[in-house]
Amino acid sequence: MFGIENDPVLLSRLLTALTLGFHIIFATLGVGVPLMIAIAEWMGIKRNDPHYTLLARRWARGFVVTVAVGVVTGTAIGLQLSLLWPNFMQAAGHTIGLPLFMEIFAFFFEAIFLGIYLYTWDRFKTQMRHFLLIIPVVIGATASAFFITTANAFMNIPQGFDIVNGMITNVSPIEAMFNPATPTKISHVIITCYLTAAFILGTIAAIHLLKGNNHVYHKKALKLTMVSGAVFAIATAVIGDLSGKYLHEYQPEKLAAAEWHFETETHAPLILGGVLTEDNEVKYALEIPYALSILAGGMPDSEVVGLNEFPEDELPPLWVHYAFDMMVFIGMYLAFVSTLFVVMNWKKNWNAFNKPLLIMVAAGGPLSMIAIESGWIFAEVGRQPWIINGIMRVEEGATTSDHVGLMLVLFLILYTILGVTCGAVLRKMFKENPVEHELEKRGMEQPKRVSNE
Amino acid sequence: MSYELLGITVLWIFLYGYLIVASIDFGAGFFSYYSRITKKRHALHHIIQRYLSPVWEVTNVFLVFFFVGIIGFFPDTAYYYGTALLIPGSISIILLAIRGSYYAFATYGAKDSHIYSLLYGATGLLIPASLTTVLTISEGGYLVVDNGSVTLLYGELFTSPYSWGVVFLAIFSVLFISAAFLTYYADRAKDSQALEIVRRYALSWAFPTIIMAFIVFFLLGQRNPVHFANMMDLWWMFALSLVSFAAAVWLIWKRRFLGVAFIFVMLQFFTAFFAYGASHLPYLLFPYLTIYDGFTNESMAIALIAAFIGGLLMLIPSLYLLMRLFLFDAEYLEGRK
Repeated sequence: MFGIENDPVLLSRLLTALTLGFHIIFATLGVGVPLMIAIAEWMGIKRNDPHYTLLARRWARGFVVTVAVGVVTGTAIGLQLSLLWPNFMQAAGHTIGLPLFMEIFAFFFEAIFLGIYLYTWDRFKTQMRHFLLIIPVVIGATASAFFITTANAFMNIPQGFDIVNGMITNVSPIEAMFNPATPTKISHVIITCYLTAAFILGTIAAIHLLKGNNHVYHKKALKLTMVSGAVFAIATAVIGDLSGKYLHEYQPEKLAAAEWHFETETHAPLILGGVLTEDNEVKYALEIPYALSILAGGMPDSEVVGLNEFPEDELPPLWVHYAFDMMVFIGMYLAFVSTLFVVMNWKKNWNAFNKPLLIMVAAGGPLSMIAIESGWIFAEVGRQPWIINGIMRVEEGATTSDHVGLMLVLFLILYTILGVTCGAVLRKMFKENPVEHELEKRGMEQPKRVSNE
Repeated sequence: MSYELLGITVLWIFLYGYLIVASIDFGAGFFSYYSRITKKRHALHHIIQRYLSPVWEVTNVFLVFFFVGIIGFFPDTAYYYGTALLIPGSISIILLAIRGSYYAFATYGAKDSHIYSLLYGATGLLIPASLTTVLTISEGGYLVVDNGSVTLLYGELFTSPYSWGVVFLAIFSVLFISAAFLTYYADRAKDSQALEIVRRYALSWAFPTIIMAFIVFFLLGQRNPVHFANMMDLWWMFALSLVSFAAAVWLIWKRRFLGVAFIFVMLQFFTAFFAYGASHLPYLLFPYLTIYDGFTNESMAIALIAAFIGGLLMLIPSLYLLMRLFLFDAEYLEGRK
């Protein structure tokens, strides 16, 4: 198969990328959507508006289907890490076993309350009590992201241990967890999960409105998601700037690879797009003068370390530039669209529900997911050739088994089937039970057509 | 108690938890499908759905706890088992993934299909069969460690009577545990029609389970005499297990104290499972890896144990709430909520 049968390292990388690439779609929603559900249910209580309550209810119903896929693919990656990267997990167990263990606790906590939340909509005397049940779900979901991302941060800046004669000793689990990569990495992951969830839900509302369904329910949904989206997008931009400064300080080779920055220099320009020639010359790119220096050090005269300072066999592949650009570009786009919507909605005589803007919002959901994927690809490929930066190379961590190729095919089939069924189930669920129908059924609205009698 | 012993005890408790809750779930899937093809579905479907819907996610977590925890406490297991178990491990993942997601698709997508039901029933038997491979391998003789590379001997695994004995013991136990629980649950829900059906399941799977347990016990004697000798030292725990089994079956037979009967089933498996585990020590993988040479460093051990205690303080009240709302709330059970 493509002449790569006998390379367990490459195949293990592909299988891990496949599982993670599929899992993060659901994991991102899993972290972000509970917060959106909580906001909607809260608005329903505060404004005494059953539309928002129904919004929370319907989101929760769809959410649980995606959670199921998130749970099973999360289980898959949890086991696969040991199956495909036994040597890495051996080292990881010694150093970052703690957050991995705690992540399961956080998820357990979330799972218990999600189960309760879903089945108790009408069991309490006041809705406030039911609302309280979503709070542990939000905390559990965000805490899961927190713990698992500390493990990823450790892979970038490993610390909190010594290596003596090839053995890991003097371990400090807390120091390993809270390494310099942790603050920016965690805040970036969590806030973009919120942002993506807001935009995915916004896309659904926008599509209904574009299809000519002008029910106020969808307008409220769009407003709620876009106002939240604008807040998250601006926070994302601020944290993104801090992430740039973190990379400059601790992983300059990653930043340089993202920016095709070869010569160490001050007043470095930011390069957008373009192609790289064989002699490492950048062509057809958009250059923003000084911007890289400002991103890295805050001042135009900040010196940015270039790729030429590093040994060639310790550099990531330079195509990560495109993944980085894609992520940044989409982030900007989301900030622009959501802010534009908020402003237009705020001005009394402007119509925020105009068609072009709705199309832009509708595109935002899928784009935000692409940004999540690009971001993770940049984060992981940008760390190459290391699995633990500076300590263990990817090929040292991988399995030696000859059967990874077969497993890759099996999992590809599995994820295709799961993805397709999940989409079909969600579509069917909401098509068969449209909002209007549910509003009527719950007595929130009169039937549109009155019978002849 | 040394940290090593404490660590493996914590993990074994999780695995025991998984054994119980997952068995209930796996067996229920099988019974649900079986009742469908024998046209008794209307009587059973309701009771099974009512229990499973709020708790299915929780079940999975026990397993994840175990395998993430074992990497934390005993990182060397990743090296030995990780390399050897690529294929059986991946198959278990795929089965778990199919089961979990199709359960959710069927339940929340409100689609009742024969295929979903078949998948759910079949995986209920295949998953325990594939997961027990790990326990089988741990007895030694199924893998070779050569020059830093670990290989699983598939021929040995598929032709050894012990390995098949364990598979059947696992499947029978799943069905017995599940039926015993559902008997109690149906009784609580005052669903006499369902009660009669699941009670019969419980009684008919009780004896295959105990007979298989004896067979596996003696097969192990041939497979790993060292382990077997240690097990004989703990004979009283196995005896307790047998007594609990007898008490449970007697109560179910008499239709009395079905909750107590299920506690006896839990005791039966608790004593046998811990006696098996304790006599297996110090080996995690016979004869290559013990809990002492595969243990993590001390600071990680302390951190993990602290996290475990903190986690339990948070989880036990939450689990209590879950059980109170769905397991022990009479009105919910009877379908009035």
